[in-house]
Amino acid sequence: MYRKPGTPDPIVVSHLNHWYGSGETRIQVIFDATLSIAPGSLTILKGPSGSGKTTLLTLIGCLRDVMDGSLRLLGTELNGASEPAQVALRRRIGFIFQAHNLHASLTAQQNVRMGLEVHGTHGNRDRYDDAAAHALRMVGLDHRLHYLPGNLSGGQKQRVAVARALVGNPEIVMADEPTAALDQESGRVVVEILKALGRERGTTTLMVTHDDRIMGLADRVLTMEDGRIVSDTAPR
Amino acid sequence: MTALLARLLGRMPVGWLQLTHNYGRLASAVAGVAFANVLVFVQLGIMGSMNTATRDTYKMLNADIILSAKDANTISEGSNVPRQWMFRAMSDPGVADATPLYMGSVQWKQNGNDTKLQLLAMDPVKTGFFSPQVRHKIVSLTLPDVAMIDLKTRQIDQQVLAGIRPHSPLTTEIMGHTISFADTFTGGVGFSADGYVLTSDQTFLRLFPQRQSGAPNHILLKLAPGHDAAAVIDRLRADLPSDLRIRTIAQAADDDVVFSTTKRPTGIIFGFGVLMGVLVGIVIVYQVLSTDVADHLKEYATFKAMGYAPGFFLGIIFEEAMILALLGFVPGSLVSWGVHSLLRTATGLPINMDGTVVFLVFLGTLAACAVSGAVATRRLNAADPADLF
Ligand SMILES: Nc1ncnc2c1ncn2[C@@H]1O[C@H](COP(=O)(O)OP(=O)(O)OP(=O)(O)O)[C@@H](O)[C@H]1O
Ligand SMILES: [Mg+2]
Repeated sequence: MYRKPGTPDPIVVSHLNHWYGSGETRIQVIFDATLSIAPGSLTILKGPSGSGKTTLLTLIGCLRDVMDGSLRLLGTELNGASEPAQVALRRRIGFIFQAHNLHASLTAQQNVRMGLEVHGTHGNRDRYDDAAAHALRMVGLDHRLHYLPGNLSGGQKQRVAVARALVGNPEIVMADEPTAALDQESGRVVVEILKALGRERGTTTLMVTHDDRIMGLADRVLTMEDGRIVSDTAPR
Repeated sequence: MTALLARLLGRMPVGWLQLTHNYGRLASAVAGVAFANVLVFVQLGIMGSMNTATRDTYKMLNADIILSAKDANTISEGSNVPRQWMFRAMSDPGVADATPLYMGSVQWKQNGNDTKLQLLAMDPVKTGFFSPQVRHKIVSLTLPDVAMIDLKTRQIDQQVLAGIRPHSPLTTEIMGHTISFADTFTGGVGFSADGYVLTSDQTFLRLFPQRQSGAPNHILLKLAPGHDAAAVIDRLRADLPSDLRIRTIAQAADDDVVFSTTKRPTGIIFGFGVLMGVLVGIVIVYQVLSTDVADHLKEYATFKAMGYAPGFFLGIIFEEAMILALLGFVPGSLVSWGVHSLLRTATGLPINMDGTVVFLVFLGTLAACAVSGAVATRRLNAADPADLF
């Protein structure tokens, strides 16, 4: 794993608690989570269903407001961060969802381009199409640039989603069961692409998965149970 | 088109792509906007023709100031004005000339047609009070029971009207009197009558025996050179009884138009029709846009997760609203143009689509679509990126 000396950890969580609901029905789903993730690493988060993996991931990804504890993302404290600050941070993260979540009215290339346009369009417009095409070539889809998602297979759609997440050179990639909707072969291809690009660019990757075949690719595996991080191992 | 919009907006034209992805929805939205446009254009066209017809009556007169009764809301309504005030007004140095104007309507029954004629009668010696268009023909009215008829009179055979000349008059019976139409002029028809007739005051009084020469409908005044209408009107108002309305002809025409459009049932009904058209358009576009937002909540949530700010989503909705406005306005105005010419032929009313109205309706369409879009944006809050996982 490549690590620039002195680079601060992009994700630093300490004593994080989270609840759902309010009043009588309020239940705690994250208990005193503390962890720090090194830059350029591939970390896998696993655990039984309902253990709080998605909740933790959405908290780290600025998709949910932090209620209690501290969460520093790329040097910014998320507890009490303003909406514009959160929006700005999201632009530095690449999300890959369980469902591909592509826009059905946009072609593969246009969908990927949306991952670039979020950074503004001044002066770069003409480069964006090339950059989107290049990202699709990296996921092996350069022959499908102008296809609408409806005309792509499940694995191809997820690869477009990967290209969209990576095209803007995000500092962090977060994925929640990116392979769940795919067959074994397509799933493996997607994770290998993620791993290769992560290594190439020094991207920090945090992925939730149940898929044991992928564990071997990780630098670190965190296990959650009932809202607590119960184990932290390095497979290699 | 996509490339053009991308250049224009400086971003991916997501709204355009969404709209064109679902042709059925796009077609119904465009049809809705076009339908609303047709409603508005037709109502405005009829209302406009009403106003044109109202003003046309005043254009047949050539005077500076008009004296009317307080209750004369339009030129053909209201009490009479005692002629004595004409003589009083003439004592003002600013008044050069004056004449009584008599008005009344008659039913003209001939060949099974029942035509309503609006009579305008003045002293034929005072030709200066008639519009320049007819002034040179007024001399024929000095003969008793001779009149001049509007070429645009509805229900009358055009060829018969066109054949009327002083040496080949059309002699007919109106309300038991024999009248000769010895000449024609181009007037215009409105809602209250089928055509105009010009006569002398004497012929008018023979047709309406119950009317008196001392009680005309209005009194027309001409200013002496170098005198200002406003100043003269101020003096007359001070001098004459307060139950008289003393206005410039232009002011009287404006007041008449305002009264007809805001106080008369016809005006109110057409105004209401315009409002309905606008509402129909707003509701249809709102329906389409809010369904479209609801259908794309997942995509919008994804874009939110990617870091797009709220303004981006408002932009998409307004982009769609403006596209619908443009795509609907083009067929809407073309169809309206066709409907107008059909109505014009069928009614003889001066129904027209002038550039100003087209431009205003276009702006109105953009504004109405923007309102729909603004209401539809409320649904955006339902797009929550935390729900995506
Ligand atoms: N929006 C919500 N409102 C209320 N409770 C929720 C909400 N989302 C999740 N929960 C609950 O919080 C707990 C943690 O859910 P979470 O989705 O984080 O689990 P997970 O580890 O991702 O599970 P899975 O492997 O099934 O995806 C569960 O008990 C779940 O029922
Ligand atoms: Mg989950």
